[in-house]
Amino acid sequence: MEALLLSLRLALSVSAILLVIGMPLAYWLAYSKWRGKFLLESVVALPLVLPPTVLGFYLLVAMGPRGPLGRMWYALFGHGLAFTFSGLVLASVLYSFPFAIQPLVAAFEGVDRKLIEASALLGAGRFRTFQRVILPLSVPGVVTAMVLSFAHTVGEFGVVLMVGGNLPGVTRTVSIDVYDHVQSMEFAQANRMAFLLLAISFAFLSVVYAVNRRVGRRVWASWVAR
Amino acid sequence: MRWGLRILFVVGLLCMSAPYSKPQVREIRVAAAADLSFAMPDLARQFEKQTRVKVSVTYGSSGNFYAQMQNGGPFDLFFSADIEYPRKLEAVGLAEPGTLYEYALGRIVIWAPVDSKLNLAMQGWQALLEPRVQKIAIANPQHAPYGRAALAALKNAGIYEQVKAKLVFGENIAQAAQFIQSGNADAGIIAMSLALSSAMRNGKCWEIPASMHPPIEQGMILLKSARDKDMARAFLEFVLSPTGKGILTKFGFSIPGTNSSSYRGLDRGSTPALVTTRS
Repeated sequence: MEALLLSLRLALSVSAILLVIGMPLAYWLAYSKWRGKFLLESVVALPLVLPPTVLGFYLLVAMGPRGPLGRMWYALFGHGLAFTFSGLVLASVLYSFPFAIQPLVAAFEGVDRKLIEASALLGAGRFRTFQRVILPLSVPGVVTAMVLSFAHTVGEFGVVLMVGGNLPGVTRTVSIDVYDHVQSMEFAQANRMAFLLLAISFAFLSVVYAVNRRVGRRVWASWVAR
Repeated sequence: MRWGLRILFVVGLLCMSAPYSKPQVREIRVAAAADLSFAMPDLARQFEKQTRVKVSVTYGSSGNFYAQMQNGGPFDLFFSADIEYPRKLEAVGLAEPGTLYEYALGRIVIWAPVDSKLNLAMQGWQALLEPRVQKIAIANPQHAPYGRAALAALKNAGIYEQVKAKLVFGENIAQAAQFIQSGNADAGIIAMSLALSSAMRNGKCWEIPASMHPPIEQGMILLKSARDKDMARAFLEFVLSPTGKGILTKFGFSIPGTNSSSYRGLDRGSTPALVTTRS
């Protein structure tokens, strides 16, 4: 149960952070006319290609006292980054990056240019246009980005295994817990935990998709535009 | 140009058919625990030289192999870091009766990177109590045999309560080693067989006396589903031969029956007289 709550806390933090840093980055990726943009797009997609254990190993090295992240963190807080909840959040943000960015970019790009131009002609600045025109029309994409990064973080295993250190209540997430139970042949406990995870995830995803697809699209949109 | 292409085509065909036209090489398939990553290549090479039989080895966690073998995993021999797994395979009738051997005992060491300020040879256990040691990596005692041994040793040394909050757990002994090597943990308890590997050999290390932890019994067994039983048996015998034992000793295992110090359980007072140290 502790592991499940930890996973949910981790996933919520990760989606919140990705929402905050993802919006401006996705906006830039969607509307910038810079020629070298494809390079940044490739970098964003990289975590999809790298095996989680490889990404995890690189992170572990980077977080170590000789790595750039580790040194910075040590200077700021006086302790290492690996085996901490913050370290896990950072690793998960990187690992789930494309899952948040790509739906956002697709949604922003899907907004009709004419509406954006009309808004500009009516005297609205860029931020106001984003807030009143682009964002309300992109709500399904934003929700998809949040749900995907949340779900991806809950189901994450390899990266957590590599940088977590399996500390109960700190880094022992539900996927690690289930794996441990399977490894020690406690199949009943593994089953119980896995089923609970499955049920909660299904319920969560159904609610979000239902709200997103049918009932709420207009409600959401008007709420955001207010 | 035309001819060039044609030649290329023919050469290509020859390349593709080459592996199939060769006479079948005899081969034994070995599932080996990760602590054998360094000893097994040597064992296999020597055996191949003697017999011309190819030994193809897959490394992994003993528990994973056990689960695979219960579901028909394609192996002839199983080398487990915990003799319980092959014992269970024998009990459920998946292994050839009478082929279970305890071929070695695992040894554990306290290990720290070469640039660490700890003096393991002098301090031994005390090193782990130093304030500069913030994280100590061990393998997960829930399912890794070396992790269980490490935990038992910490308890026997009487420092478990003091270091409990510093412990981090690797999924297996190799990952625990990685935690220390990358500098994220300051020290840890790992298998001697890993500490002797080329990547870690220059680190600091202090062997935990065998009397302070339950024996880490390495067990091997011949599986019923083996394709070439005679050859597989020959390999078992090779591992038990003086040559095989020599290789195992060289790579950080001890041979059962030859070690004088044995586990005395929760007997904290008895520090063994003979302790090998390296620094």
